[in-house]
Amino acid sequence: MKFGVVRFPGSCDEVDALMACRRFADADLLWHGDRDLSGVDAVIVPGGFSYGDYLRVGAIARFSPLMESVIEFARDGGPVLGICNGFQVLCEAGLLPGALLPNDSLRFVCRQVDVIVENPGTPFTRACEEGDSLSIPVKHTTGRYYAPSGTLPEDQVVLRYAPGHNPNGSMDDVAGVCNEGGNVMGLMPHPEHAVDPLTGSADGGRLFESLAMVPA
Amino acid sequence: MAGALRLRARVLIRPKTGILDPQGQAVERALPALGFEGVANVHVGRLIELDVQDASQVPQMCERLLANPLIEDYEVVEIASHTAEDAA
Repeated sequence: MKFGVVRFPGSCDEVDALMACRRFADADLLWHGDRDLSGVDAVIVPGGFSYGDYLRVGAIARFSPLMESVIEFARDGGPVLGICNGFQVLCEAGLLPGALLPNDSLRFVCRQVDVIVENPGTPFTRACEEGDSLSIPVKHTTGRYYAPSGTLPEDQVVLRYAPGHNPNGSMDDVAGVCNEGGNVMGLMPHPEHAVDPLTGSADGGRLFESLAMVPA
Repeated sequence: MAGALRLRARVLIRPKTGILDPQGQAVERALPALGFEGVANVHVGRLIELDVQDASQVPQMCERLLANPLIEDYEVVEIASHTAEDAA
């Protein structure tokens, strides 16, 4: 099992994501200008400010050469996890429903939040039980999830902010969603920053652990 | 391309009606503080200006990159022709 972690110009969480992956399996960085996914089994699109987030968050990164290969990989059923800016990129690429808007507070938020596992039946959450509460940090300015009415079936809501923990005004407290096939997921919280009790919580590791598990 | 005819397009992009626009709300709240009363429905969007050879492609550019049609409406509001020298 090998993870590939995408690095765009402007990515800033790719090394934490790489280290989080390596707790559970092999992992290597993938450069945005390449087209070769190097035979990885899962792709992580990490947080940061890809291509400067010019125009709109994630809008330009999604046209990078590597993303064309990631889109093809996802359409073939390969697991792809987008974290924060990576979530924004996957929405812009049309791999996930909805979009991310500026926080309702218009402020950058950086805090630990609790998220509840709503759907443990995805490759990203199979190490969890429904209703599990995970303590994971958020840090973003553009994290208010929105999907037009009727475009987000309930079983595609993978994670919700616990009551009182919604940091950005996201619709229905949605923190993480998956595509119809369940093989692409995006979330605003940063599981890669919560893989060691030293930094307050190891709950984020459950997502990487889930991906590294051999499907039953 | 000196002397080639170019078309000037102006694209207005605004948040879709019904989507919370906290930037517009913040501006709306700030204006009365300066003594400007009776202001409502403030929305903040963005303006993109571009010179193009084929204006018929602008809506496609909006759909694919300039706007996100899920959350934004766009409007091509002005198209004027000029030569490259005019723009210099």
